[in-house]
Amino acid sequence: MYDATLAETVQFPGAGGDLLEAYAARPLDAQPRGGVVVIHHLPGYDRETKEFVRRFAVMGYNAVCPNLYTRIEPGASHDDQAAAARAQGGVPDDQVVGDVTGAAAWLRALSNSNGKVGVIGHCSGGRHAFLMSTAAPVDAAVVCYGGLIVGETPPQMKSMVPLVDRAPQVSCPLLGLFGNDDQFPTPEQVDILEKALVDAGKPHEFHRYDGAGHAFFSVDRTAYRVEAAVDGWAKIGDFFGTHLKG
Amino acid sequence: MCTHVTETLPVAGSAKGATGWMRVTDATVYFDHPVHALADHTLNIDLRRPADGVGARLGVELTAASARALAETILAVLDAVPAGIRDE
Repeated sequence: MYDATLAETVQFPGAGGDLLEAYAARPLDAQPRGGVVVIHHLPGYDRETKEFVRRFAVMGYNAVCPNLYTRIEPGASHDDQAAAARAQGGVPDDQVVGDVTGAAAWLRALSNSNGKVGVIGHCSGGRHAFLMSTAAPVDAAVVCYGGLIVGETPPQMKSMVPLVDRAPQVSCPLLGLFGNDDQFPTPEQVDILEKALVDAGKPHEFHRYDGAGHAFFSVDRTAYRVEAAVDGWAKIGDFFGTHLKG
Repeated sequence: MCTHVTETLPVAGSAKGATGWMRVTDATVYFDHPVHALADHTLNIDLRRPADGVGARLGVELTAASARALAETILAVLDAVPAGIRDE
């Protein structure tokens, strides 16, 4: 079986036509396949997020993660870009939507694309994945412990407004993966989000793990919970397998 | 989580960053996932000189307990300095 993949830095236009840096990984065979946009968390476009991108390629998807902080002194270290983004109060939601939409367009233009694109994000990226499901044409969205979808945001980050009221605008199936020991979002906030999706009649499946808190997928952190992470990856595989099928 | 809890303030002084000493003008204090520290979340401080680019930065990631101990120690040291030496 031919199983070569290519991982590399690429560029494509994002919000406002700005050229974005992005990390892509994709199988090299010609078989039609879906695409996955991985949305990095607030601390930035980091090694761990790039590992997720490569994993999706090995799972059989074209995958890409745009650097949402590209505009901050291109060429600077990514952790310095993240620190500067933090000092500026984050990036506006509209810009994220434009950047992730650009990433989805790049995936759809690949010669082996089947036209389907999903999004996934962890932590603040989970919030952005939910945002994308309400704001742009994507075929599936995975929210991994996305905070600040429900509840007030701190005054220092005014650009990140609560999103739960946008549940009626969700335009694709949602998969939500949460830890019951998490405080951001709390299990009660996950309940509120799930009720909003039920009330709006939106297709979704939520899985909640006992003994897991925030960031349970993070293999290099003490928050890692192997049972939740392994099951979560299986759920992601099933979900994208269903909704990104050619 | 990415707590988004961030405070910024002007500062005056110097810090030694990746490219050597620099006169810092800004500080960012926040609590979030660290880049390097072995903890799920840390109190992070960036001492910065934005005029020289985003790389003009000294970053620190401390556990909550050590950050609190450091903050208390800073205040204790400042309070112990004889009056007339501090230029506040």
